[in-house]
Amino acid sequence: MIDAIDFQLIEAVQAGLPIAARPYAAIAAQLALSEQEVINRLMSLKTRGLIKRWGVVVKHRQLGYRANAMIVMDIPDAEVAAVGKLVSQQPCVNLCYQRPRQGETWPYNLYCMIHGKSREAVLRQWAALRESCGLSEVAFEVLFSRRCFKQRGALYRQPKREAGHG
Amino acid sequence: MLSALHKQLLNNYQQDFPLSPTPYRDIAEQLGVSEDEVLSAFQALSEQQMISRIGPVIAPNAIGNSALVAMAVPEADLNRVAELVSAYPEVNHNYERENRFNLWFVLIADHEAHLRAVIADIEATTGYRAMPLPMLADYFINLGFELNLHD
Repeated sequence: MIDAIDFQLIEAVQAGLPIAARPYAAIAAQLALSEQEVINRLMSLKTRGLIKRWGVVVKHRQLGYRANAMIVMDIPDAEVAAVGKLVSQQPCVNLCYQRPRQGETWPYNLYCMIHGKSREAVLRQWAALRESCGLSEVAFEVLFSRRCFKQRGALYRQPKREAGHG
Repeated sequence: MLSALHKQLLNNYQQDFPLSPTPYRDIAEQLGVSEDEVLSAFQALSEQQMISRIGPVIAPNAIGNSALVAMAVPEADLNRVAELVSAYPEVNHNYERENRFNLWFVLIADHEAHLRAVIADIEATTGYRAMPLPMLADYFINLGFELNLHD
């Protein structure tokens, strides 16, 4: 599905494209590829859906979006896909995943994220979402983030270079 | 403060940043400004930590294996545990959240065995259970994050 050169390319761009007139040429020079091959490969990775999006990755906190809530819900298994799709279409939601329940310890199977400028704003959006998506009977918990200990883009590496790494 | 150009760069290029030899010049032409203005505006956004990068967001589990992991750590021990967790190169996000499960991080490894090994190592090193919550389905279609920068 993806070859060694694609991996090298992802490694080279994951920290960010240079802010310079010919950024793809700069990446190409590192990898001994042509500028056009770098562009073509990135386009292909995007078309094939391995790159979900290609562009500016913003830092919410610095932009005033300091309230960030992960909301977990316990949705009947038969309905989780339909509810997930509905929730993900709400404009305030920017991530929506199904994850496995962990028995009684953690019975939730649907996760979404709401970023807002204040706790109150997030809670208002969540209340409106519950109403509009018909979730008023659903068990949920709202987990506001407190401290961010680490945030960076994912680091992907070629499997062979990971061998033996703990 | 953010200029009109900064706001356009933040909101309009999260999804389809140009894949052309001269992307910053293309953006400049689209916005009716000079390439130098675009370059210096992106430089400023990057220096002020308003953007983390211009680059790829990889589809979850398209390459390697990832999982969200939660831990319930006594408040008094949270700093120590968070620091140990952040030190792993496989960890890319690590947050404190208001819950009995108060430490949440995302792990990415090249394959599932590696992922399990890292989780076991974190449990051994920190002395607390780690609850892996791998993604089963991604429902999100709208890409990027629409910022309301008008207030």
